[in-house]
Amino acid sequence: MPTDTLTAIALRDAIAAGTLSAEEACRDALTRIAAQNGRLHAFHSVESERALTKARALDVSVAARGPLHGVPIALKDNMVVAGTITTAGSRMLEQYRSPVDATVVERLEAAGAVIVGKTICDEFSMGSSTENSAFGPARNPWALDRAPGGSSGGSAVAVAAGLTPLALGSDTGGSIRQPAAFCGVVGLKPTYGRVSRYGLIAYASSLDQIGPFARTVADAALCLEAISGADPHDSTAAHLPVPSFSSALTGDIRGLRVGVPRALFADGVDEGVLAAFDESLLVLQRLGASIVDVDLPHSRVAIPTYYLVATAEASSNLARYDGVRYGLRATGAKTLGEMYDRTRDAGFGDEVKRRIMLGTYVLSAGYYDAYYLKAQQVRTLIRRDFEQAFATVDAVAVPTTPTAAFKLGEKTADPIQMYLADIFTVSAPLAGLPAISVPAGFTPDRLPVGLQLTGRAWDEATLFRMADAYERSTEWKDRRP
Amino acid sequence: MPETPPDLDVRKIAALARLELTTDEVERFSRQLHDILAYADQVQQVDTTGVPPTSHPLAESQVWREDEPGPSLSRDVILEGAPETSVRSGLFKVPKVL
Repeated sequence: MPTDTLTAIALRDAIAAGTLSAEEACRDALTRIAAQNGRLHAFHSVESERALTKARALDVSVAARGPLHGVPIALKDNMVVAGTITTAGSRMLEQYRSPVDATVVERLEAAGAVIVGKTICDEFSMGSSTENSAFGPARNPWALDRAPGGSSGGSAVAVAAGLTPLALGSDTGGSIRQPAAFCGVVGLKPTYGRVSRYGLIAYASSLDQIGPFARTVADAALCLEAISGADPHDSTAAHLPVPSFSSALTGDIRGLRVGVPRALFADGVDEGVLAAFDESLLVLQRLGASIVDVDLPHSRVAIPTYYLVATAEASSNLARYDGVRYGLRATGAKTLGEMYDRTRDAGFGDEVKRRIMLGTYVLSAGYYDAYYLKAQQVRTLIRRDFEQAFATVDAVAVPTTPTAAFKLGEKTADPIQMYLADIFTVSAPLAGLPAISVPAGFTPDRLPVGLQLTGRAWDEATLFRMADAYERSTEWKDRRP
Repeated sequence: MPETPPDLDVRKIAALARLELTTDEVERFSRQLHDILAYADQVQQVDTTGVPPTSHPLAESQVWREDEPGPSLSRDVILEGAPETSVRSGLFKVPKVL
């Protein structure tokens, strides 16, 4: 049976029913990747032998079946799998093999998922198009000359093109939701602390969070259940029970209140995107939700706030790449200091250097108060705006992105234009809140558009419920590139 | 091309960040960092009098656990990933410090 159009749940059920083996499902995924990766460049590396070995073991296992038994999954290339290469899209880690598994890897495999490979991403997750990958960009399956979004672009492409039914990405300022919108798939950034970051290559530690890509909300909910929860290896992974997100998908959203911060997108949003967004609000309304106005005044300065906070954290996190313990080392240096400087110049790409330097500057003596501390205070105000909104609404709705997928090369010359692609996604991580992007139609040019719903802390369940009810009332998930 | 403000010395920042920049890079990054900082200056317009900073979104900031010894990675496994080592003495090797 062809498996490219099956959801993760349908695939798992087919394996449970005996109509398909985990090995067959895995071979199918590997065959699709081999056939299409040349065109899409979604994957940087594929671990065929490892995946087939794991799949065969599942087929003969007598242990209880996990909720993702036999489901092939792709990982953004910034999550480590023991013994295999993880590059984070950087020359610095081109040959890096981790001695350990990320916690999400352990949990996925315990749930029966089969990791098939690692996807293209912007270097150290710094970018919105995958064009900052040292290994070349992934391509949007809806229009090959367009960006898939980023930084987790390859994962979005893998799911959109039906290479794998599920993928993981990481989101710091929109790196799951923006590519999900550009590629027409579901993407969720969980509440900060929902998922362990152990084994995730760090960018900005107070913002980074791992989350799922899927073609349906139900698949995303199932995947999040599998990877969530406390972890002795990450003290920021919260000690809270993980709800059954799947059982939140009742289809009933009557009485829920959706806030729309209209003032935020008074201008600068593409007409086709806005039309699809307004249409999606009508669908929610028909389903019994009420639409109310909210104001998030400080989100207007979310982009500069984000770039001051995230780059400061990045400059500190990326100090570890010094050519001593792992990764690249530049040759020919006469002294230790020279080796550091040359290694970092050779190993990092332009965007990473820009962000490290910006972060170094805003943390340096004399500028700390004016930039870094100020941004942290504005971060408090952005968070308070949401708290106030959530006193009266259950979710906040905005278009995930101001435009549909832009052309590859269109924004590479101007860093600020690239940063503005994340204008509607940076607020949620600054406030630590969960947010989902769900396919919400197409522009007149037939490019996908995303509806973003942001929820209360720890309330992914309401986001899943709302997004699932919306998905059931539309036909977007059945469209294929 | 906007003028680089006197306090944005890219060579100095690069030295602090341990990056060796080429002449081309110094010119390009000066211009780009200047533009980004000019853009980021919007935050100065926000009144933050008396507002505490948020360094972290979690309320739960101190997490305690029992201090129980467990297995850790062996020295050989750790050294395997290093660019240059002295396996015999179990050390990372680097160029001379001075």
